[in-house]
Amino acid sequence: MIYVVAIIGILAAMALVMIRLVKGPTLYDRVLAVNSFGTHTVLLIGVVGFWNGRPDFLDIALLYALINFVGTIAVLKFFRYRAIGDVMWTPDQKEEES
Amino acid sequence: MQDILNILSYVFLVSGTFFVVVGAIGTVRFPDFWARLHAASVTESGGVILILAGLCLQAGWTLVTVKLIIIGLFLFITGPTSTHAIANAALVSGLRPDTIVKNPTSDKVN
Repeated sequence: MIYVVAIIGILAAMALVMIRLVKGPTLYDRVLAVNSFGTHTVLLIGVVGFWNGRPDFLDIALLYALINFVGTIAVLKFFRYRAIGDVMWTPDQKEEES
Repeated sequence: MQDILNILSYVFLVSGTFFVVVGAIGTVRFPDFWARLHAASVTESGGVILILAGLCLQAGWTLVTVKLIIIGLFLFITGPTSTHAIANAALVSGLRPDTIVKNPTSDKVN
């Protein structure tokens, strides 16, 4: 029963983070939202695994945590690398500034 | 003994969910990117550790607890690292907190 409470809480948190993902003005808000969405997914997989009595879901949760971290770093590296030419300018930054 | 463990794990699970939801609310409501960074890492640290501890108590001394501890250790290491990477990337690309920008002595970028 307690797992249902945890699942509802995590799903609510995921919905909230999705709002930030859509609304986020700068690029880095979106990367932040995706990163915390991934962490929420890890928790959700763990709790759902416990809820229906199959704790071997945790391997999936562990894998998801690994991939989430790598994905975040990859996105950041891509945007930073492309911005190397003019470090102070990125597409989102320009719209926000002008 | 089992009841005490059950109650304790319920307390951990509920407080972990509370941290996750509060962090998500903070991520949405905070005015500035840098404040949202703090809110997001509240879920990253508080929520993860409490929920995983709650699950560990439920699982007891089995292999599942070892897996949970491995997940917790990994998230404990990569959580702050990814938050730092995001903050560093934002800082390099010229995103400054409002308070410093208004301060005349700040190294205003643009």
